[in-house]
Amino acid sequence: MKIAVLLKWVPDLVEELEVDDDGTGLDTEDLKFKLNEFDDHALEEALLLAGDDDEVIALAMGGEGSEKMLFTALAKGATRAIRLTGSSTEGTTGLATAFSQVLEAESCDLILTGVQSVDDRDGQLGPFMASKMGLPCISVVSEVSLSGQTASVMKEYAGGMMAEFEVDLPAVLGIQAARETPRYAPVSKIRQMQQTSTLEEFSITDTGTGSGSTVSGFSQPEGGSGAKMISDIEELAELLNGLGVV
Amino acid sequence: MAGTLVVCEHLAGKFSDITFEMLDLANSLGTGEINALTFGSMAENAGELGIANKVISASCSNDFNPETYSAATVAAIESTSPDLILIASTSMGYDLANPVAASLDLPLVAYCTGIQNNGEDFVCTSSLYGGKMNVSSKVSGPVVAMVLSGTHDADSGRREGAPSMSEIAAPATDGKIRFKRLIEPEPGDVDITQSEILIAVGRGIGSKDDIEVAEELAELLNADIACSRPLVDAGWMEKSRQVGKSGFKVKPKLYITLGISGAPEHIEGMKDSATIIAINSDENAPIFDVAHYGVVEDLFEVCEELIEELE
Ligand SMILES: Cc1cc2nc3c(=O)[nH]c(=O)nc-3n(C[C@H](O)[C@H](O)[C@H](O)COP(=O)(O)OP(=O)(O)OC[C@H]3O[C@@H](n4cnc5c(N)ncnc54)[C@H](O)[C@@H]3O)c2cc1C
Repeated sequence: MKIAVLLKWVPDLVEELEVDDDGTGLDTEDLKFKLNEFDDHALEEALLLAGDDDEVIALAMGGEGSEKMLFTALAKGATRAIRLTGSSTEGTTGLATAFSQVLEAESCDLILTGVQSVDDRDGQLGPFMASKMGLPCISVVSEVSLSGQTASVMKEYAGGMMAEFEVDLPAVLGIQAARETPRYAPVSKIRQMQQTSTLEEFSITDTGTGSGSTVSGFSQPEGGSGAKMISDIEELAELLNGLGVV
Repeated sequence: MAGTLVVCEHLAGKFSDITFEMLDLANSLGTGEINALTFGSMAENAGELGIANKVISASCSNDFNPETYSAATVAAIESTSPDLILIASTSMGYDLANPVAASLDLPLVAYCTGIQNNGEDFVCTSSLYGGKMNVSSKVSGPVVAMVLSGTHDADSGRREGAPSMSEIAAPATDGKIRFKRLIEPEPGDVDITQSEILIAVGRGIGSKDDIEVAEELAELLNADIACSRPLVDAGWMEKSRQVGKSGFKVKPKLYITLGISGAPEHIEGMKDSATIIAINSDENAPIFDVAHYGVVEDLFEVCEELIEELE
């Protein structure tokens, strides 16, 4: 079995986000990025699903962060890592076009990716790409088991409700949470991978026709429009008193 | 303008609140006729969809299936040619809006909190980056917009009426996806939807052991403990304590957050609480946009001092 995992580099929300000079994007100058946390869960689930003879292939767009994401994936146990080169992409539609080219060349049985990312303005990658590739897709998945050429998955709804589906492989799954907390790769192991292994490259030729919409504005929500800020504990205690809870 | 198609979401035999929120939004836009698409036997409840001019009922199972529901939605779009297609930004919506937009080559705008109709085009506002940025997209119809829960008024979208009815057959699909069953959540020791006071713990708490400080405070305030999703995924808290999109919707008298950033998926579960007090060390955390009171400080310091003060 061949399992592919799509990885995406996204702004770390712990950082302060600022709007760029055009007012239509993020100021990325001092911004820190990291692996999309749901992609980390997708990678973990792939590693848990894979048996000894199975292959786990990590895929990422070239450019900033790709080495870090891919060598880390190898350090965690991925069998191969492919970096997509040749062109940059924009948005979910661009990523879907790029990833589908390498996926068609690799013919994988199962493709996992994070359910969403913090900047997927034009749709979620998993189900969008699946549809373009003519593959079935279930997203918001928190449990997966495989038997032959079918996957049995749990899709989460609201209020803790879940639905069980059976899906014929090859299929795409948008992972919400792996059944275990994503493993940690020590820096020494990642360094070792950087020295002993190489990243494969795949050159993309088509980056799609775009999202069909244009970003016309970027702004921070009106911070704390309603919140009254409290700076000392006595005030907070008084507030709780006033609310009749103490 | 050729009107709006509202794709009605339901679960367990009832239209979800987001369905009425989308009807409210469609109604406020004035883009002409509003058609509502329902699935399976939900058309029997068409009387609740009074804002719609017409209800199109897709004959298929009541159980959501990405393949059949997408095929039916595509058929409804082809037969009504709407300018705007509203689909919920929910678990079901993810597996519906994306395949519909991809297969019809329509632009898709996700996480919409608001839509403006300029006559010529639409401006859709999306809440991105965990709620830290509002991004507007200009797009001319037809467009698929995914609407976030909790952004419009379900009560004003719920109107009795007698829309005209029509039926469409759900086109045949490959049957690569098969629905098996719905699983109800296991009841927890506490029903947080009934709690009057909740202290909600987020990833800022750092470790499972440190939840203790929140429990100590909860005892003094007679509160129950709730949490954000990452704590459930980490196995630190029971699912029955999770507030938000994939957890529970709560409306307590008082909701205190400790180290919760305020991602849209959390906010949709708690924003209707009567009083919200947020404690977070990041002054830009979006939780302060919905909170009534905010404390920008280390949660451990606040908890310790508060416990001392209250004792
Ligand atoms: C389909 C889907 C459904 C989802 N459903 C839900 C849901 O039901 N409920 C839910 O909660 N999430 C849900 N999520 C996840 C959601 O997107 C966020 O990832 C999650 O809400 C973040 O939780 P958090 O605020 O606890 O963590 P973070 O976003 O990591 O925030 C931690 C916060 O703690 C603060 N902090 C850190 N240390 C301290 C300190 N010492 N003192 C004070 N503050 C501190 C930080 O400033 C930060 O703001 C869902 C996601 C998806 C994709």
